[in-house]
Formats: sequence, structure tokens, C-alpha cells
Amino acid sequence: MDRFSWSNGLLEINETLVIQQRGVRLYDGDDKAKLDVGVVLLSTHRLIWRDIKNHECCISMPLSQIIFFEEQAAGIGKSAKIVIHLHPPLVNKEPGPYQHSKYSYIKLSFKEHGQIEFYRRLTEEMTQKRWENTPVSQPISTGTGSQGGRTRAVGIVGIERKIEEKRKETDKNISEAFEDLSKLMVKAKEMVEVSRSIANKIKDKQGDITEDETIRFKSYLLSMGIANPVTRETHGSGTHYHMQLAKQLGDMLQAPLEERGGMMALTEVYCLVNRARGMELLSPEDLVNACKMFESLKLPLRECRVSEKGSLTAEEFAKLLGLSVLLSKERLLLAEKMGHLCRDDSVEGLRFYPNLF
Amino acid sequence: MHRRGVGAGAIAKKKLAEAKYKERGTVLAEDQIVQMSKQLETFKSHLEEFASKHKQEIRKNSQFRVQFQEMCATIGVDPLASGKGFWSEMLGVGDFYYELGVQIIEVCLALKHRNGGLITLDELHQRVLKGRGKYAQDVSQDDLVRAIKKLKVMGNGFGMIPVGGSYLVQSVPAELNMDHTVVLQLAEKKGYVTVSEIKDSLKWEKERASHVLDHLLKEGLAWLDSQAAGEPQYWLPALFSELTSRDITPEEANQMTP
Repeated sequence: MDRFSWSNGLLEINETLVIQQRGVRLYDGDDKAKLDVGVVLLSTHRLIWRDIKNHECCISMPLSQIIFFEEQAAGIGKSAKIVIHLHPPLVNKEPGPYQHSKYSYIKLSFKEHGQIEFYRRLTEEMTQKRWENTPVSQPISTGTGSQGGRTRAVGIVGIERKIEEKRKETDKNISEAFEDLSKLMVKAKEMVEVSRSIANKIKDKQGDITEDETIRFKSYLLSMGIANPVTRETHGSGTHYHMQLAKQLGDMLQAPLEERGGMMALTEVYCLVNRARGMELLSPEDLVNACKMFESLKLPLRECRVSEKGSLTAEEFAKLLGLSVLLSKERLLLAEKMGHLCRDDSVEGLRFYPNLF
Repeated sequence: MHRRGVGAGAIAKKKLAEAKYKERGTVLAEDQIVQMSKQLETFKSHLEEFASKHKQEIRKNSQFRVQFQEMCATIGVDPLASGKGFWSEMLGVGDFYYELGVQIIEVCLALKHRNGGLITLDELHQRVLKGRGKYAQDVSQDDLVRAIKKLKVMGNGFGMIPVGGSYLVQSVPAELNMDHTVVLQLAEKKGYVTVSEIKDSLKWEKERASHVLDHLLKEGLAWLDSQAAGEPQYWLPALFSELTSRDITPEEANQMTP
């Protein structure tokens, strides 16, 4: 048994597993080895044995150690065995379970049978001697004997196990998240149905609701992200939230607007406001809906849709703002002076374009 | 909107309606609104529970975001409608997309002088990722598309044109009809197109092709290379920008032939 070395049980490149058999006990000569029952594995290069319960207890021996082998028939209360006679141990042999043995042979005791097939395969491998054709790398010196081999096995197996566990946990988390999401959506759908039912009733005038109740209903819709199905009012979604927002914008945009000659694109406002907030940002729709409230709140701001052509005349601008043509032209000229607009003076009239340069 | 339910006559009328409906066993709208407020509180607590367990998933996992958005769309809910919505407040989806919107606008603005307000989704994606820095959350093209859809509501010409299996993102209010779109799609492979190519591939007459190309020139989306061997080539900066290594400054852009 002193020909064995501690091993991590991993096959080298070019080494192939030929056969394995569980329920095998090792014998040092005629004595039972101080190991439990385990699994014996035959590869193209080695004879490997591993404890069934403790996978880290694993030993191996190169097949080149084997001189010859023979079968030993089973008897009463005795399992069939294969007796393997061995060359003396190599000088640089890695440490194993036995420092020294008085025997030059070992036995494999097949407690769960399988000896016939094992014997056949062992014969084949010993005949072919495949290990001579494809040498494998020398086992790395693993330091202090038995400890070294075991640590290496733990290291690699441990890492692999951790990766597998993490993958399983991630999968579990995601599938749990999807499951919870589905359940949540069922509840959300109920809310949508309730809101539709209410909207229908309002349309059919089943019981009058006050303006307060209307506003409250709208805020519920806003919370859930349900589109307002009732009316297309000029105040948009018209909740208290948007009124507040409109007032905030009125304060916040005074200075920036002055700097820019009185006009800013909505996207510019969006960026400005959200950059300033940092969090709890406004949605584009929040901004649009707040702007719609400027007029009713009598704020000195107006949202205007620049025409499809992307340009304006003084008359068009005046109409949008509800200003006199003179005042609106003044505004446009000021914006041009500031570099925010450029003009296009043609037969069709004087048009102002946003300055893209 | 005048205040309803005011005045003795109106009150009496309302009481009569209430009585009628309660007789028939139907619930009035106003009662249902009160009910809804309670149901909303319940839903809010469910959402809170969900958020406490899975908020991270939404932030980190773009696939999960896609699923979430699609489920919402199916039941008729828009989680991005308002920053004041539950979804936004508790799951933080809102901030994620609204901030992305800001970044998209800024990238488009920075490059407008060069590509006229047209950019491929790929390039937009790359530049947004670069701007976010390497420690920021990952952003997928699906995320960009959803953010852009939201930006549309502010006008300013935001839109998406399907081209070559992906999209061109438009950020200026240039009028682009089907003819323009088709020519853009044709130009996608090489980054430029000629009148002959349009005539051959699309079977248009010269006038129609010229008209479309002139419009693209006027809008600043195409640049003319009249020195090209053979016939003049119309280049679309939005399409070839990935091939050029150097960014052009606004001053240089002024000197070229837009």
C-alpha cells in the first residue's frame, strides 16, 4: 500500500477514465487497509481509489507500478478479489497513506461485484500501455504530504461548488422575482379594471361627483400610471401635483429664460430641471402637463408649439403668446441678438429659426 | 369647470339619484372612488413588499426590465407616465429612464452640428454608455428606445426611423416622409448614396430623387461631395460617423458644405 500517493482525483489531459467500480476495499498485502470501502477507478494511466463518504480522501498509483495481477475467487463470507503485484516504490514518489509496507502486493476486494469486468479492462490497459504514448504532466509537489493533496482537491472542488451555488442562487432569485412580478401584475390589473368602471360611470353620469372627487380620481390614476380615460381637458391631468409643479417651474425658470431671450425648448427645460433635482426626477409627461397649467394659474410662462416648419413669424408668435405683434417681434429680435434665433428674410416674410450653431 | 353639487336643488337631485341607484343595487361612482382609495393603499403595500425584495433586480437586470415593461403594457399601465407614480417612487424605474432621457438629449444636442440631428441607435448607445462612466448601471438598447418614446411627448422632433435592422434616432423637427426614410435606408450600407443608385434601386425618376436629396441637404442631414469620381455623392454623417475617427468642431462644420 505504500506505492499509493495522495491525489485530487482529477484526470490529467490525455488521461481517460476506463472503468470504475464502487464497493471496493483495499488490502495491504493480506491485511485490510486502514481505509473504508470506496470506489476504484481505472484510467489509461493510473489506478485511483476514493473513499465513498469522504471524497477528499483519494489516492492513486501509476499503472507502471504493476508487475502482474491475478483473480482470487470469492469464498464463504469473502468477496472476490484481484491481487496486484507491484514494483518497488519510486524514490521520488509523492507521499501517500502508507509510508512503508512489508508487502509488495495489494488486493482489491469487490464487495459489490464487478471484478470480472474490472479484471478484463485492467488486462487491456496493461497490454496496451497507453500511458507510455501520452505522458501526462508530473504531479505538482503539493508540499507537506497528505495535507497538500487534500488541500488541492478542496481548493478546486470548492471553487467549482461556489460558482455552481451562485448560479443556482441567481437563477432562483430571478425566477422568484418573475413569480412575484406576475402576482403583482394581477393586482395591478384589478386596479385598472376598477378605474375603467369608475370612468364609465362618470361618463354615464351615474351619480354626480364633485370637482374635488374628480381631482382625487385623477391623482389615483396618476399614481397607478393609468391613462385618464374620461375627458380631454385643457388642464391635462390637472392634479394638485401638476399645479405645484407649474408654480415651481414658474420660479425656477425666470432666470434661465431671461438669459436665453425669453425662450427655451421643452427638452432644454427637461434637462435643466432634472439635472438640478438629481433625484425624484420629472417625467416628460409631468413637464408637459405642468406647462398646460400655466395659463389657468396665471403664471407669466407659456408653452408654445413651434410650428412644423421649425420657425416662426412675429405674427405667429404673437398669436401663441397672446401678445401684440409689436411686443412679440421685440422678443424675437432680442432672442436673435442673444444668438438663440437666426432670421430668414424672404419674399414670404421674416421668419425666425432656432439657432442650431 | 363649474362646481357641481351646489345649491339646494342640486342636493335634492343628488339624494334622489343616490336613492334610485341604491335601490337597484348599483354602486355610485363616488362610492367607488372611496373604495378605490382603499384598494390603492393595499396595492401600494404590495408594491412596497415587491420593491423591498426585487428593487435591485430592476436596476441590474435589463432583461427583467423588458419583462416588467411588457407586463405593464399588457394590463394598460404606464410605469413611466409620471415621476409621482407608485412605480417610479417605489421601484425607482422612473429615475432610471428619466435620467437616461436627459443623457440622450445631451448626446443628440452635442452632435447636432455634425449629423443634422440624426444618429444611429448604435452610436447613441455607445456614447451614452461612455458618458455614464464605467461604474454606472448598464443600459440596453431597449432601455434607450423606451426612454426616447417618452421624450416624444415633449415635441422637438424626437422620433425613430427603422433602418437596416436597427433605428436612426431623430432629434430635430425635420419633416421626414416615407421617401426620405427609404433613401436613408438605401444609404445605410455605404454611408452615402447617389442619384443613379436611387434610380436603379428604387426605380424613381431623377426629379423625385433630386427633390428628396435636396431636402436632406437643406435639413443638414446630408452633405454633398461634388468632387467624387463619377457623380456627386450625398453623404449622411449619421451613418458614417462610426467610420470617421475624429470629431468635427462646430467651427469646422461651418466651413464645410452642408
